[in-house]
Amino acid sequence: MKTMKFGEAIERALAFAMERDKNIIIIGEDVHTLRANLYTQFGRERVRSTPISESAFLGAGVTAAMAGLHPVVEIMLVDFTAVCFDAILNHAAKVNFFSGGSWTVPLVIRASCGGGYGDGGQHEQCLWGIFAHIPGVSVAVPSNPADAGGLMLAALNADHPVIYLDHKMLNEAWLDYMGYGGRSNVKFDVPKDGIQGQIPDNWEPLPIGQAKICREGRDVTLISLGISVHRCISAAEELQKQNISTEVIDLRWVRPLDKKAIISSVQKTGVLVVVDEDYENCGLSGEISAICNEANLQFRFGRICTQTTIPFARASEDETLPNVHRIINMVQKLLKKDKVV
Amino acid sequence: MSEVDVWKLYALMFQSRRIEESIKELWDQGKVPGEMHLGIGEEAIYAGVLSQLIEGDAVALDHRGTGPMVMRGVNLENLILECAGHPDGLGKGQGGHMHLFSKDHLMASSGIVGSSGPAAAGFALAAQTKKSRNIAVAFFGEGALNQGMMMESMNLAVAWQLPVLFVCKDNNWAITTHSKEMTGATPLDRAKAFGMNGVAIDGTDVMTVWSIVHEVLPIMREKGGPYFIAAQCDHPQGHFLGDPLQRFIKDPLKEFGKSTGPLIKAVLAVHGTRIDKRLANLGKILSLIGQSRAPMKNFQDPFLKMQQALAADGTKRSEIEKRINQDIMVLMNKIENKLSSAMIGGAH
Repeated sequence: MKTMKFGEAIERALAFAMERDKNIIIIGEDVHTLRANLYTQFGRERVRSTPISESAFLGAGVTAAMAGLHPVVEIMLVDFTAVCFDAILNHAAKVNFFSGGSWTVPLVIRASCGGGYGDGGQHEQCLWGIFAHIPGVSVAVPSNPADAGGLMLAALNADHPVIYLDHKMLNEAWLDYMGYGGRSNVKFDVPKDGIQGQIPDNWEPLPIGQAKICREGRDVTLISLGISVHRCISAAEELQKQNISTEVIDLRWVRPLDKKAIISSVQKTGVLVVVDEDYENCGLSGEISAICNEANLQFRFGRICTQTTIPFARASEDETLPNVHRIINMVQKLLKKDKVV
Repeated sequence: MSEVDVWKLYALMFQSRRIEESIKELWDQGKVPGEMHLGIGEEAIYAGVLSQLIEGDAVALDHRGTGPMVMRGVNLENLILECAGHPDGLGKGQGGHMHLFSKDHLMASSGIVGSSGPAAAGFALAAQTKKSRNIAVAFFGEGALNQGMMMESMNLAVAWQLPVLFVCKDNNWAITTHSKEMTGATPLDRAKAFGMNGVAIDGTDVMTVWSIVHEVLPIMREKGGPYFIAAQCDHPQGHFLGDPLQRFIKDPLKEFGKSTGPLIKAVLAVHGTRIDKRLANLGKILSLIGQSRAPMKNFQDPFLKMQQALAADGTKRSEIEKRINQDIMVLMNKIENKLSSAMIGGAH
């Protein structure tokens, strides 16, 4: 076992895959510096910097994938996919269907996501729910370095478009770049098990659509992903002191969702709280509730999500994004309710 | 201004510079979290344009909006407090420096590269429809000219004859990318290809900027239609405070200490491109770090170009500076008190 940081693990996984598959190339703004190590090792033909033209280079990534490459197209922040959404929604996701299944699009769209470091509402969104809405794509969101590498390998192993979102509060490189800016006098609530962790000796792609039970419990199920998994684990530790036994599930994939893991946990505990940093309305939390309802489960339901545009002001931001005390309050509120019969 | 008032231009630029330096101090102290993009080096462009706007003219800003807001007369306390996320900020601390909005001044910012193009087109459409003789300005960098929406807006402005003054602030860098390596044709050639008139100028010379704007604004107000200014300038602080390339220059031990190990591993890895090519790739990165010195060391400071014009009356100049410095000192004391009592910034 080796210890690695989150961003380092993604980069090692990319290098590992690029050494074995010459068709993998990286495309994105500033990648000659942001991926300087890979640029040095593989050169400008495989680590290709771009103009600020997301709709052109993501659209080109789609057909480059159709023609036999396996591009990893980096959109610096997921918020910027708004300017190239057509390539995702109408092309990457649909070519396989339109071609009667005969033409695949092995494409990874990688973007940084998430907030908690004071960058305001156009630079801190999650948006995985928007992508997971679309048939034809998978959406991966890692919560720790081992998963960050394993999910990148899974994305590079897939024969369809995978949207891979790494949270800026977990990725040491992004946080330094956009949060600290080289300063040591700003503090952010960075989960230590998220930003650094152990990596398996043998890199293996993680199975697509498989969630992970991070902590077993009997009384309540917390379902989450990305950095919020760590908020859930902290909440679960607090709840344990009140003799509340909490199960924590890390989804890893927003699409496909691990329905089996969701249903079996909620069946056991009868109390479900979805903790989702993405927007609340018409999103992941509602989808998980629907899955449990379709399975005819009797359960109490609550959700901790982002309900408004993310405020720049740090204190308001911390209250807007899911945090430990909001989770604890919700669990306590649900457990006080009468049992559903 | 119907005739150029060099003192007024100087005061606008000096005030903007001092305010942004104050914001930089707050950032250095950790009272501004996240990114901070300043317009230091762009003051001559802003002053030359904004000093000639009238009420009802609109300004679409990019992520460097603080300077223009200072020059257009936005309340300075609100503006600075917004950058620090204070409830008394321009947008109640909810927007931050990339998302500055002032309805009273018709000024709207965005952190999405290229979006000032369509924003200015829409403001100009409203002016055209209302027959108000007002115009709209779009400020953007040369990197934004590769964004589809910017080129689409240029075409729309020509097709609809919208009174948009497109002002490209060209510092040659798109974060750590040399814009020329990623761009076909020059900014001005592109504008002309859309059928737009325009000019390429030294954006560090406020008199040049002022003169061209003074010439074209009346025509735009009278007859409509867009105009394009490609203005060269420098960003002595790089893309933003804490610019990754400049950090290598400012603190080489720390930055190279972090990066050398992985870079050597990349050179020595079993697989990859040929070793000589890898060394060349590494050389390219190192050379970029070296080149990032240029805007710092050879900063084309717009104030230098004004020295001659102002030399005649040194007393007047120092009076202006003294007044502005005093006002800003009082203001910053007030702001620091507010911030330390609220503990709103990144440090907590």
